[in-house]
Order: sequence, then C-alpha cells, then structure tokens
Amino acid sequence: MSFSTNPTTLPRLLAGMSAAGPVPLADHLEIHGPLPPRRRGRGDAALALVNELERSGLRGRGGAAFPTATKVTAVAASRGRPIVVVNACEGEPASVKDRLLLERVPHLVIDGALVAARALGATEVLLAVDESATNAVHATDWALGERPEPAQGGPPLRLATVPSGYVTGQETAVVNFLDGGPAKPIYMPAPIYERGVKGRPTLVSNVETFAHLALIARHGGAWFRALGAPGTPGSTLVSVSGAVAHPGVFEIETGTHIASLIQAAGGATEGLRAFLLGGYAGIWVSADLGYQLPLSPEGLYEVGASLGSGVVFALPSSACAVSEVALMARWLSDQSAGQCGPCVHGLDAIATALEQVRAGGAGEDALARIYRWAALAPGRGACAHPDGAARFVMSATRVFGDELADHARHGPCDGCLERHLLPAPLATARRAA
Amino acid sequence: MSELEVNWIACKAHGMCAELLPERITLDDWGYPIIDERPVPPELEGHARRAVEACPTFALALKRAHARR
Repeated sequence: MSFSTNPTTLPRLLAGMSAAGPVPLADHLEIHGPLPPRRRGRGDAALALVNELERSGLRGRGGAAFPTATKVTAVAASRGRPIVVVNACEGEPASVKDRLLLERVPHLVIDGALVAARALGATEVLLAVDESATNAVHATDWALGERPEPAQGGPPLRLATVPSGYVTGQETAVVNFLDGGPAKPIYMPAPIYERGVKGRPTLVSNVETFAHLALIARHGGAWFRALGAPGTPGSTLVSVSGAVAHPGVFEIETGTHIASLIQAAGGATEGLRAFLLGGYAGIWVSADLGYQLPLSPEGLYEVGASLGSGVVFALPSSACAVSEVALMARWLSDQSAGQCGPCVHGLDAIATALEQVRAGGAGEDALARIYRWAALAPGRGACAHPDGAARFVMSATRVFGDELADHARHGPCDGCLERHLLPAPLATARRAA
Repeated sequence: MSELEVNWIACKAHGMCAELLPERITLDDWGYPIIDERPVPPELEGHARRAVEACPTFALALKRAHARR
C-alpha cells in the first residue's frame, strides 16, 4: 500500500484507505512520506506556501471554490497571530466525503492543517467536526493522540465537536461556536481572515482542501496540477447518490464527465430524469444535459451550476420530481437558523407554495410567486443559506417546469409520495466506494 | 459614493428605511427591505443617513463604496 508519486495516478487522497479504520500514523508516513521540514522565518514560510499554492491552482473544496492561495495570503497579511480551523461540519445531507477523509485518512487532513499553521505562524489548530459524524470524531481524536508535533513545540491541535445542522458549517457559524456562542451564522463586520476566532486572523477551510494541501506540501504545485481541468486542477472527491448501482465517494480528476462518474458508480439503475449538482444548495440539470457535463467549476458554470461540495445525485424518471423538490424546499426552510426575516418568511413561503402545487389547486399564479420569492432571497441574510435555497428552487422551476405546471393543474401524480429518494437529511453516513 | 448594508439578524422589519429612502429601498411581502445595490449618490446621502439613524434596531449602515470585498 504505497503511494505513487506519479502525478497522473489516482487515488491521491484516498490512497491506502482501508475499511478497517483510520490509517495509523506509521502507515500514513509510509504511504505519503514525511512532511517537508519547517522553514525558518514566518514571512518566508508563508510566502513559500502561497507560491506553491498559486502554482497548484488549488481551490477550496467546501463549496465556494475560492482560490486557497488568495485566502492564505489574506490571513498572512492580517495583523496578529493566526488560528487555523479545519471545517468538518459537512451539514450537506448528500455529502459524505469530509467525514470519510477523517474516518479513514485523518493524518492527511491533520498534515494539511499543520502545514498551514507552520507557514502562518498560527498558535492553534482547531478541527471543528459535526458531532453526529461519530466515526469521524473518534478517528480524529485517536489520530490527534498519535501526533508528536504538539510535544515538539508545534501549535496545539484541538478537536471541537459542533452541533449538527445544515447552516452550522457556514464560516461565521463555525467561528461563533468556537468562540463560545451558538453554532449559528452571525453578522461579522470584518472578514474572518482579519478577525475570526478570538478576534484573530483565521484560516477556515474545508477538510478536503487541507488534505490536498498536505500533498502539495510534499510534491509541489506542478505535481498537483498534472491532473484535472486547467482552471481548477487536481483531483476532487464526489459523493454520488440516487439511482446508481454503487453510491459512495469517488476521487476523480476535475473535468471528468458525469457520464464517466456514473459509470464508475456502477451505472444508473434505471432511466434518469435529472441530476442535482453541488448539493441541496445546488442546481438541477436534466439528465440529457447532465451526462455530457464536465465536473469542473468552469465547465459547470456554463450551465449556471457549480461543483458545490462535490455532490451528484441521480433522480430516476420513475420518481416524482415535484414531490422531491417540495420535500427538499421544506427541509431547507426548516434548516433556517431563524435569525433573518427574509430567510424565515421567504423560504417558508416557497416551501408552502410548492406543497400546494404538489397537492394541486394551487392556482395559476403559484409558480410565478415561487419564482418571485426565490429571486428576492439571495444576498438577504447573514449567511448564504437563502442564496443556496433560492438557487435550488430556481433551477427546479426551469428543469421541472412541465411537471410543476401539470401538478398545479391536475394535482398529485402516481409517483407522488411513493418514495423519497433524496438522502434522508443528516442520516448516518452511507458506505464509501 | 456610499453603499447601504443591512444587518439581517438585527432587522425587524420596522420599515422606516423605505419611508425615508424610497429611491433605494422598497419592502418585500413581509416588510423587510429590498436594497437597490447601486451606490448612493451624494445628493441622496442626507436621506440615506436619516434612514440609518431612524432604524430602531440599528440594522442599517451606510458604508463607503468598495470598502468591503
């Protein structure tokens, strides 16, 4: 089980992964080799890391695909000793990749956080893990106990379990919770890279982003970008669910076509109607279009979609799209932290209207109202939850326009409420590929 | 030039801002502000400042344009 340094070989992140449990530190070092030694000066170290990250083209894997080099630069340029936070809240119901990384290869994630912490001169590394991901919590805790760095003068590594919830992974909610507040998004007058945890410059990044960072530190930026789409290079983890033979987490190179991914997941188990891309805050595309799309931010941008947190859900033709969409809209409304009026009222109104459309007799103007409310939601909250919910609903009205109009006019179809295919929110992790 | 920013957690839909600055602020179905994202020109700044001061929950702010990312 040794890692191949050949840049075009997959898997990278999941190399050496075993179903038996987390890869121990000794095995981890055998697979990936040791971390390069720490550099002397703080400024030099930060600059060296930023240069390597820029060369790599790494973008965040939490959903926003923000260039990691830019984020690290902003933290390094801010006044005060930084704090590094690994965001492992993964409230996205259809995503299981972050908990998989912590469950199976926790040392890779810890490596990445340490690399960032060393380069930034950080005083502390915090791993914020969703408390319902119990296997990930235990594996992280166990792996932290194996690390020699804190005893060797490195920054302390701390595990913080965060209450479950869709919006708790929003950066401001994570920071608020780590500062002793509730795990809810807050209004922050200054950016987190300037004033985050304890008012200090804070680097908050996704679990998978840190895992990539661990490999870039070892093999360099050129190695990283030898795979994948030029604009967003490298490999990426995708959680595949729905009507496929083998749902699970797959490591692919960015730019892989959805058709190839579905094939890797054992193929579709029946005819597909549509794909949900990016997660519950993502967008729907018809199956015909979806099969041809490359899984890269640039490729998906063309159709208004994004890779989000790496979710691909396959909706079969036999399912009722209207039912699924109405259920998800209600769930998204329920996940509002209840703090901002436009989110509380707007998402509830959208969900109620969709439920009325599904039941029939909603009136001809129901769809227009849904569209109007969804158009008003973005940018009107302390976090991006209303933006994501609106994006999801807008795309549903485009892709499932016929089904929605049909239900509004004639009421429930045969497929309505027969089964709910979208992953049961916050249920236990599904098996990995 | 300045721009308006709402603290959505603090906003409780009193609606004073829309009364005082209808050129840039309207209200949604529940009384929460819909902000026109165009910058506030100098001739409207006085009105904008009054709208900010009138907000009972201090939810509205007037900031210099491009001060934030």
